[in-house]
Amino acid sequence: MLEKALAGGRRYWAWIAGLAAVACAGAWCYALQLQTGLGMTGLSRDVTWGLYIAQFTFFVGVAASAVMVVLPYYLHDYKVFGRVTILGEFLAITSVVMCGLFIFVDMGQPSRVLNVLRYPTPWSMMFWDMVALGGYLILNVVITRVSLEAERNDTAPPRWIRPVIVLSIPWAISIHTVTAFLYNGLPGRSFWLTAILAPRFLASAFAAGPALLILLCLAARRWWSLRIADEAIRKIALIVAYAMAVHVFFVLLEVFTVFYSQVPEHVDHFRYLYAGLDGHTALVPWMWTSACLAVVALVLLIVPSTRTSEPTLAGACVAVFVSLWIDKGLGLVVGGFVPSPLGAVTDYVPTWPEMMITAGVWALGAIMVTGFFKVTAEVRAGER
Amino acid sequence: MSATRRCFLRMAGSAAAAAATGAALGCASPAAATRRWAMAIDVRKCLELDGCRACIDACHQAHNVPAIPDRAHEVKWIWKEPFERTFAIEDPDTVTAALRGREVLVFCNHCDNPPCVRVCPTQATWKRDDGVVAIDEHRCIGCRYCVAACPYGSRSFNFVDPRPFLVHTTSEYPTRTRGVVEKCNLCEERLAKGQPPACVRACPGGAMLFGDLRDPDSEIRKTLAARYSIRRKPELGTRPQVYYVI
Repeated sequence: MLEKALAGGRRYWAWIAGLAAVACAGAWCYALQLQTGLGMTGLSRDVTWGLYIAQFTFFVGVAASAVMVVLPYYLHDYKVFGRVTILGEFLAITSVVMCGLFIFVDMGQPSRVLNVLRYPTPWSMMFWDMVALGGYLILNVVITRVSLEAERNDTAPPRWIRPVIVLSIPWAISIHTVTAFLYNGLPGRSFWLTAILAPRFLASAFAAGPALLILLCLAARRWWSLRIADEAIRKIALIVAYAMAVHVFFVLLEVFTVFYSQVPEHVDHFRYLYAGLDGHTALVPWMWTSACLAVVALVLLIVPSTRTSEPTLAGACVAVFVSLWIDKGLGLVVGGFVPSPLGAVTDYVPTWPEMMITAGVWALGAIMVTGFFKVTAEVRAGER
Repeated sequence: MSATRRCFLRMAGSAAAAAATGAALGCASPAAATRRWAMAIDVRKCLELDGCRACIDACHQAHNVPAIPDRAHEVKWIWKEPFERTFAIEDPDTVTAALRGREVLVFCNHCDNPPCVRVCPTQATWKRDDGVVAIDEHRCIGCRYCVAACPYGSRSFNFVDPRPFLVHTTSEYPTRTRGVVEKCNLCEERLAKGQPPACVRACPGGAMLFGDLRDPDSEIRKTLAARYSIRRKPELGTRPQVYYVI
């Protein structure tokens, strides 16, 4: 079925070629990193995780967000989502693959990465994250494969697939919960040591993921005349609106707890992110951009007329995505490391090769998503 | 191989001199499993030797710790930090004059409840029966989860190849490759030979006290009983085994 992704015009191939070029540039930079070590990145003794792990965290969220279209369709028989669930699942597959790549490029000794399987360690959250993400990938590959096959043959999907799909719903919640557990079980890292982290992760995921899905749907509808009902897009937009509101609410809960209690080791991280600490302000403009975009997005999503009109909805989705990408794909990880346990304030600025490797993984993800949507469009074109 | 077994084999097979010191340190019998190594630093004695680096140099030479000038990529097993930073004191002005702005030794606390061990996905770091938190740098995948988990900043990651930065290379201890985490190993290689840690031996002022906490007659227990001591971030429940005698 994947061969359908190969049927495309010149513009399609130019797009794929452009992405492939970025991916190759990323691979080349990764080869450099393999030779010189992670010293090539902007990471340091104090900020030992950066862009790679933050991207991983962000895309676990995008992966989990498929549940926002799968759940209404399969548990509530909300038929309007019938044609978008598979797109959500394809986005999930892509995201999990990207997560794996981001973890891989972050390893100091990538050749030894299978040690995680050779010495399974159930008390390490990283072990469970691997189990959760691996399982989620398999579930979604099976589900999309079977569903699309049935769609192509114009038959009903086999009955056994339904329990698999239902299982994928709590599984989606689990991947992002376990990813939050990676962070919030560490005694010395006050920024992450909060039980709101997993709910906050889920809320931001259920805003950012569906926002991306809307943008992809709008694009696929325009370029490949993939039929997606307005009503489906409107309903997803409503989900984004609620999730974004909950996310902002959770962040404000955190802000109250931290600033009213005034415990320095909790306050310092927020001060570093939003005001700067000891003259270090690298992330301040980013965090305020994120905050402003969140407000703009919320307004556009809450007002019914801007939520339902396509251009303003697209704008709102871009705002949601960028805002949450900064919040989670930058601030959340780096903010936890500054100040360090010894009080050192060290700015983290990713290097060019590091950003290129990141862009390379993004490009690979874009190729995958393009291919998956293309296949779906071709299968559905054949129906007519 | 467990500490007990290693000690036992050495005892059984090697020189009597080593056996004698081994007995003195408590590495003498299979009962060594009941030992609990700990360290006490007499901060005032340490401060008397202003600018002294004897323990740091001894440790870093004994373990092939590189001298990397770039602070971001630094690798260190034992070093000095300002007292206020070590103990996260908010108002430095109120610290007793003898300690204000002064530097104290910091290194791995060999916690009784080590978070680094809990998080490691490959069991490349673990706590031995005698309390030493050890690392297998050949199993480490370089994920740096332990670095994030350590609330004391005691762990170093080899961001670059450490070998070009070695000042003196000793063949007694392995060098490391880039991409793995390392830290103080409480001189497990010396403990196995019945010797005290290199830093303790090197200290000219006798400011570092090493011994078995489970032995009520040990010098470290007597010192801790007689004088007031503090530990770094005890509220985190990690139960650090490095005591600062004030």
